[in-house]
Amino acid sequence: MEHYTMNLTLKVWRQKNKKDRGGFETYSVSDISSEMSFLEMFDVLNERLVTEGKDPISFDHDCREGICGMCSMYINGRPHGPWEGTTTCQLHMRAFKDGDTIVVEPWRANAFPVIKDLVVDRSAFDRIIQAGGYISVNTGNAVDANSIPVEKDKADTAFASAACIGCGACVAACKNASALLFVSAKVSHLALLPQGGPERKTRVTAMVAQMDKEGFGSCTATGACEAVCPKEISISNIARLNAEYGVSGLSSDK
Amino acid sequence: MLKSNIPAGPLDKKWEDYKGHVKLVNPANKRNLEVIIIGTGLAGASAAAALGELGYKVKAFCFQDSPRRAHSIAAQGGINAAKNYQNDGDSIFRLFYDTVKGGDYRSREANVHRLAEVSANIIDQCVAQGVPFAREYGGLLSNRSFGGTQVQRTFYAAGQTGQQLLIGAYQALERQVALGNVEMYTRHEMLDVVVIDGKARGIIARNLITGQLERHFGHAVLLCSGGYGNVFYLSTNAMGSNVTAAWKAHKKGAYFGNPCFTQIHPTCIPVTGDHQSKLTLMSESLRNDGRIWVPKQKNDPRKPNEIPEEERDYYLERRYPAFGNLVPRDVASRAAKERCDAGFGVGSSKQAVYLDYASAIERYGKIECRKHSIDNPSAEEIRKHGVDVVKEKYGNLFDMYNKITGEDPYTTPMRIYPAVHYTMGGLWVDYELMTTVPGLYALGEANFSDHGANRLGASALMQGLADGYFVIPYTIGNYLSGEIRTAAIATSHPAFEAAEKAVADRISQLKHIDGKQSPESFHKRLGKIMWDKCGMARNEAGLKEAIQEIKALKEEFWRDVRVTGDIDEFNPELDKAGRVADFIELGELMCMDALQRRESCGGHFREEMQTEDGEARRDDDHFSFVAAWEFTGEGNWELHKEPLEFEVVHPSQRSYK
Repeated sequence: MEHYTMNLTLKVWRQKNKKDRGGFETYSVSDISSEMSFLEMFDVLNERLVTEGKDPISFDHDCREGICGMCSMYINGRPHGPWEGTTTCQLHMRAFKDGDTIVVEPWRANAFPVIKDLVVDRSAFDRIIQAGGYISVNTGNAVDANSIPVEKDKADTAFASAACIGCGACVAACKNASALLFVSAKVSHLALLPQGGPERKTRVTAMVAQMDKEGFGSCTATGACEAVCPKEISISNIARLNAEYGVSGLSSDK
Repeated sequence: MLKSNIPAGPLDKKWEDYKGHVKLVNPANKRNLEVIIIGTGLAGASAAAALGELGYKVKAFCFQDSPRRAHSIAAQGGINAAKNYQNDGDSIFRLFYDTVKGGDYRSREANVHRLAEVSANIIDQCVAQGVPFAREYGGLLSNRSFGGTQVQRTFYAAGQTGQQLLIGAYQALERQVALGNVEMYTRHEMLDVVVIDGKARGIIARNLITGQLERHFGHAVLLCSGGYGNVFYLSTNAMGSNVTAAWKAHKKGAYFGNPCFTQIHPTCIPVTGDHQSKLTLMSESLRNDGRIWVPKQKNDPRKPNEIPEEERDYYLERRYPAFGNLVPRDVASRAAKERCDAGFGVGSSKQAVYLDYASAIERYGKIECRKHSIDNPSAEEIRKHGVDVVKEKYGNLFDMYNKITGEDPYTTPMRIYPAVHYTMGGLWVDYELMTTVPGLYALGEANFSDHGANRLGASALMQGLADGYFVIPYTIGNYLSGEIRTAAIATSHPAFEAAEKAVADRISQLKHIDGKQSPESFHKRLGKIMWDKCGMARNEAGLKEAIQEIKALKEEFWRDVRVTGDIDEFNPELDKAGRVADFIELGELMCMDALQRRESCGGHFREEMQTEDGEARRDDDHFSFVAAWEFTGEGNWELHKEPLEFEVVHPSQRSYK
């Protein structure tokens, strides 16, 4: 792999707090190595801003290995930037070339208010999980783990849905700011497993109701969510949610 | 005098006996008892869920924007349990024995045995919650092997087991939030423990969005705040992982146990440059199938695929034929360092070794071809099928490697090097997980208790969930049963007032130093001192130098740090400054601990103490104890020793040959 360095222009959304109107600021950064991660490039810029006595850019990040779901930058019009199946923290600078201008914004959605700069409030996701994104089993109740066999294909599909990291890229990408990919991933994960069976009908209706209450938009099936999902959560989860929702609504018994 | 409160009786009956006699709290009283939990990783989330289910009033705190993001999420390889589903000779005793031996005989037998006993319940609980562990075609759970053991007892969910377990615990926690049993405080950081009449009675927390300080009362406080690997700056920990909560507790009277016991993980992606902000682990499970090697020729300029088989040194297989590539982490890390120091390292930095999947791909490919009844498969066919198998087992790890390095690990061997990963040391706790401050507990990586001087792979997840789901629900009752007459203490109490003022003063001091250097730059410098002198190999002269350098760094920090932004707003620089200040103090204590322990054991390798062939030499006569450090004033500590007694396992020189 050939390494190179580059000079870049960054246009970054700055917003002091929730009430501030916010706006773009332009920064030049130089000698950025192609081996750096995108966030390390921000570290370099922030270190410079601190040295100049300026307020560094706030952004969410934690594990920096693509699994915690904390990082959330809207880069050149796409959540998490140009690489497919990649979180912001795993995006590396070899995705860019010398002289590029990069525009960085926070997630934009009414249900995700900006806290500062690129940091948004995603607590709505937690409240959707609280509405039913679990199996009601108290600690100590469990039977032997191998007493209920689960078809490998189903277990694998449930795992693929459970791999959602709750970052919110799906919402940010959606023109309606719908959270349906997130909700459907959880509904699918639990509906596909026998353990999730007893609460299937109530779970889906409660979670969808909470999603609506949080102010997320409706799904119009454009597929933008799936296209940007860093964990490549399939839109077929949404089809499964619709089926679950339909069955739940149509059957007379609870 | 340290009291470990280990129950009497034979080892395999202690926990059962304890549970049979421990004091209980009746449901009506539980509703009036408040418990504060710091951190929502596996230990914290499971404890919050389990205590909420029992009916206690729980308040849980995390610094992330959601409890689901705690760093347990990043654990890759798996979780051990003595299920013996593979019929390969596993048992509670074996898991116990492997863990004590793997820890180089520096852990408590009673704690480890309890851990092994509850391990099976954890898997049952997680499956009931809907954790989608890997399964076989028959629908039952799959297992894989991990370092330091000869049985297959590791349960996993691809290379993201921690994520799946944490989401299980997070869902259980959110269910309790919905039921009103747990109040969740996200983007909050604990900045002090409030102690009243010698007992932990609450905390001071800072709301990281508004910067406001808050007082919270609790009849008990549980620290589940993880490890302190970030003292090295570069580690596999998340950027936000820090020692602050544990350190504040330490300064309020909780002893710190074995601070020098840190784990350097052998398989991480090597450092590429000064800009590097963190290191990424490549799961130990990769050592199952991957083979580790370096060229036999020093500074070999050839590409790895051009080096013929006979010119490769599979040094782990050569040195440790019994365990081969699956030796424990400390052994594998030192062996990699030895080869690189001797000049056989690879890659541009020469600080790396190869982890090669070519033979695993071929082996799996042949098996698959047989399964699919392909007669005389071509090399390409074998490869294609083999790649598919490896993809299913480790796909996310290979993708991650590819994203970070730009190289394809399916065709080119990965370059790996050891990196700081886990801290076995932590707050000293007794058998009930209580620190030396009554009512203050430490769970999971935040305590020191179960892994001795070296943790075996897939045991951190086990311990976090054991502590939270199955240990603390029992042991906390023994303490809280004595608190049922204690009414909630108003947070206007002078102790709360004084603690809040001390926190506010320190924040104000940090903010007003108005120096020139960023908190980040101090952190980097501390990390370099720690890695060079208190890292994979330590010696007396180096440690003494490190202590002086850290003292000087501390002085410089408090004179010249620059914290931008304001106190009463969202200000990550201020958060960072506070954490770095605590890391600096911890660094000094770690070096002191490493200095006093004149033996090599587990992750702690004193260069003066090694055998002729470079293996660690333990000194059981003088160092078979837990070092518990009491904070006695700024820069001063007193060492207390808890002798380790082995009734069942007889310490011997560890051998994986």
